[in-house]
Amino acid sequence: MASLLSRFCRKLAVPGSAHGARMVSTTTSCGSETVKSLNLYSAINQALHIALETDPRSYVFGEDVGFGGVFRCTTGLAERFGKNRVFNTPLCEQGIVGFGIGLAAMGNRAVVEIQFADYIYPAFDQIVNEAAKFRYRSGNQFNCGGLTIRAPYGAVGHGGHYHSQSPEAFFCHVPGIKVVIPRSPREAKGLLLSSIRDPNPVVFFEPKWLYRQAVEEVPEHDYMIPLSEAEVIRQGNDITLVGWGAQLTVMEQACLDAEKEGISCELIDLKTLLPWDKETVETSVKKTGRLLISHEAPVTGGFGAEISATILERCFLKLEAPVSRVCGLDTPFPLVFEPFYMPTKNKILDAIKSTVNY
Amino acid sequence: MAIWFARSRNLVSSLRQNLGLSAILIKRNYTSPRPVFTNYQLSSRVFLNPFTSFRHESTAVETQPDLVQQSDHEDDAQELDFPGGKVGYTSEMKFIPESSSRRIPCYRVLNEHGSIIPNSDHVPVSEKLAVRMYEQMATLQVMDHIFYEAQRQGRISFYLTSVGEEAINIASAAALSPEDVVLPQYREPGVLLWRGFTLEEFANQCFGNKADYGKGRQMPIHYGSNQHNYFTVSSPIATQLPQAAGVGYALKMEKKNACAVTFIGDGGTSEGDFHAGLNFAAVMEAPVVFICRNNGWAISTHISEQFRSDGIVVKGQAYGIRSIRVDGNDALAVYSAVRSAREMAVTEQRPVLIEMMTYRVGHHSTSDDSTKYREADEIQYWKMSRNPVNRFKKWVEDNGWWSEEDESKLRSSTRKQLLQAIQAAEKWEKQPLTELFNDVYDVKTKNLEEQEHGLKELVEKQPQDYPPGFHI
Repeated sequence: MASLLSRFCRKLAVPGSAHGARMVSTTTSCGSETVKSLNLYSAINQALHIALETDPRSYVFGEDVGFGGVFRCTTGLAERFGKNRVFNTPLCEQGIVGFGIGLAAMGNRAVVEIQFADYIYPAFDQIVNEAAKFRYRSGNQFNCGGLTIRAPYGAVGHGGHYHSQSPEAFFCHVPGIKVVIPRSPREAKGLLLSSIRDPNPVVFFEPKWLYRQAVEEVPEHDYMIPLSEAEVIRQGNDITLVGWGAQLTVMEQACLDAEKEGISCELIDLKTLLPWDKETVETSVKKTGRLLISHEAPVTGGFGAEISATILERCFLKLEAPVSRVCGLDTPFPLVFEPFYMPTKNKILDAIKSTVNY
Repeated sequence: MAIWFARSRNLVSSLRQNLGLSAILIKRNYTSPRPVFTNYQLSSRVFLNPFTSFRHESTAVETQPDLVQQSDHEDDAQELDFPGGKVGYTSEMKFIPESSSRRIPCYRVLNEHGSIIPNSDHVPVSEKLAVRMYEQMATLQVMDHIFYEAQRQGRISFYLTSVGEEAINIASAAALSPEDVVLPQYREPGVLLWRGFTLEEFANQCFGNKADYGKGRQMPIHYGSNQHNYFTVSSPIATQLPQAAGVGYALKMEKKNACAVTFIGDGGTSEGDFHAGLNFAAVMEAPVVFICRNNGWAISTHISEQFRSDGIVVKGQAYGIRSIRVDGNDALAVYSAVRSAREMAVTEQRPVLIEMMTYRVGHHSTSDDSTKYREADEIQYWKMSRNPVNRFKKWVEDNGWWSEEDESKLRSSTRKQLLQAIQAAEKWEKQPLTELFNDVYDVKTKNLEEQEHGLKELVEKQPQDYPPGFHI
């Protein structure tokens, strides 16, 4: 209950920022670095402003983006860049992504918005059969690398089946696209700019829970955070925890509690799920000998399974315990049962302890 | 309209009986209904600029006739305000019929005997253009025949022909400019042929050899050429339609004198992407020409099992898109219609829909035997009596622009060229193994590097498990 209340009542401190345990900064600064306290949707908004400003051949479109979007991520863009470049589309995800592929194939950057990740499925054919294979099937004569698909994902406390889903695992199984999930406002801005500018189609999931809840100092300038580089946001020796997006906040709370009981946890933000940074996780697990993965998506077939299998291959003899996965249940995302469904701090803490005491 | 009339009478009498309504409600003026479409209203006369057109007409399409018949009821003078604008109202409850009493006629210029129908609208075609068009139609026929046979002989894995649709392929291509970006379905290689793709290049793709621009990754007939502005074919149906809307919009934003042109079959119009593509193109006011090859069959599914509408042309207006139905086996009609549509698309920055009526003479592909689901007589009829190539040939010959000598020379030299192309393509080196791993992303990722390394080791260790000729 406490964690549920905390979700509603507190503005969350962002993982890694308060503890100074982050390793080498992954942001590049140019000149004086003024920062501003921003929430996630404002950071995303800033990134979009910069993207459109720096590339006159870039476009932002999707349902309701014109007035600022249902999550305010696209505020001010239409007014500033014009309705030719920032516009509402008809209510049709396959059309949104298909249209975006066409624009991108002509050398433009199309940053399309799917209103909720739960509604991305009509576009699945365009993403998997078209965008992901566009370059490969044409022998590199054509590509739609300028396509970036943004969608809010994840639990929000009251979203139920169709406003809470974490569909990342479906997309991690598709060679040819990239899947990126930021954990905080500062990360989101840099990762989104990288995703937009990456010459491959990218699916960018934004943790909607953090749109307002997460506030962080975000540099105002144009900066990019590299894709496919995981970050150790908390150093430790006894167990490695791997996660992404909003779940890292929960995991960090578990790490703090574990520390009180003498367990030193290393926490890694994967950031890019496809292609994912196996080396950073491998190095960490070779040090700690234990791995715990946590994600909101249902445990069966979730991306945690891929990480677990890979680390088992690479670190088998170094492992002191089975790889632990603390994830959502194998049910559709429930409404009243959400507190039971979710991989909570205490579920993670229990798993940390049983892994360490194996 | 008589049917509608009768139905409304029945409705009225049943209302009387069941609801006991007073006669006042029922009082109507049953004026004779106006037909839904008149001949006059159907033709869309276009100013054909800059070439001297057959007739100079004003540019604007006739304002579309009412779909619903009007009564002289007073209410119609009053209007209601709704999102979307003002709309007149009526207290007469009437349903738009599911179909109009008359099907939309199809535009044709050449009759079945290859003569121009007197007073037909059309864009004149010069001797040079006509001869080129005919040559390409014949070349396409020969190419289809020979590649089909090559598949039968096991030399290529798969093929599909455009037999019966040569006029659509060549005449539409001839009506476009090279800058127009083509997004095909898969039965339009003639468009690529027209633009200069060589028989050797076609063969290379079918054999997936080292010279294939697609690098051997896809099945035969999945051609693509950025040089010729022809997007690579992909097997999923209709996915190219919303992409064409995006391409058209890109051209619009670049202020190019060009449009997107995309093809789809009758079956493909049932896909959601058809709806998405047309709706987006209309809302975004994108210069796109949507060409539907209604050839009667989607593999074994006849159009009677595909939709209940009057074909595809009637769907255009549902999206706010100007549309026309054309005799797809009439090369001159196809040429004129595509020419006009293209001009409209570019000058007015709007999408246009063309439904081309035709027949798929060949099987769906080399994996199909269409005699299993349709009469051999039907196939023969279309192959012989409704052959678009013969029809156009007749016209070209009657003009004195083509002779039997030209014919046999063309056929035999094309055949020879094709056989040589196939032999050469077959012998050509295979793609190097590294091309399995390239182009998944712009730069090979770590996991792919590892997998390539692992595979190379495997192949070196056990070469007998793998087909020969793929250099590591």
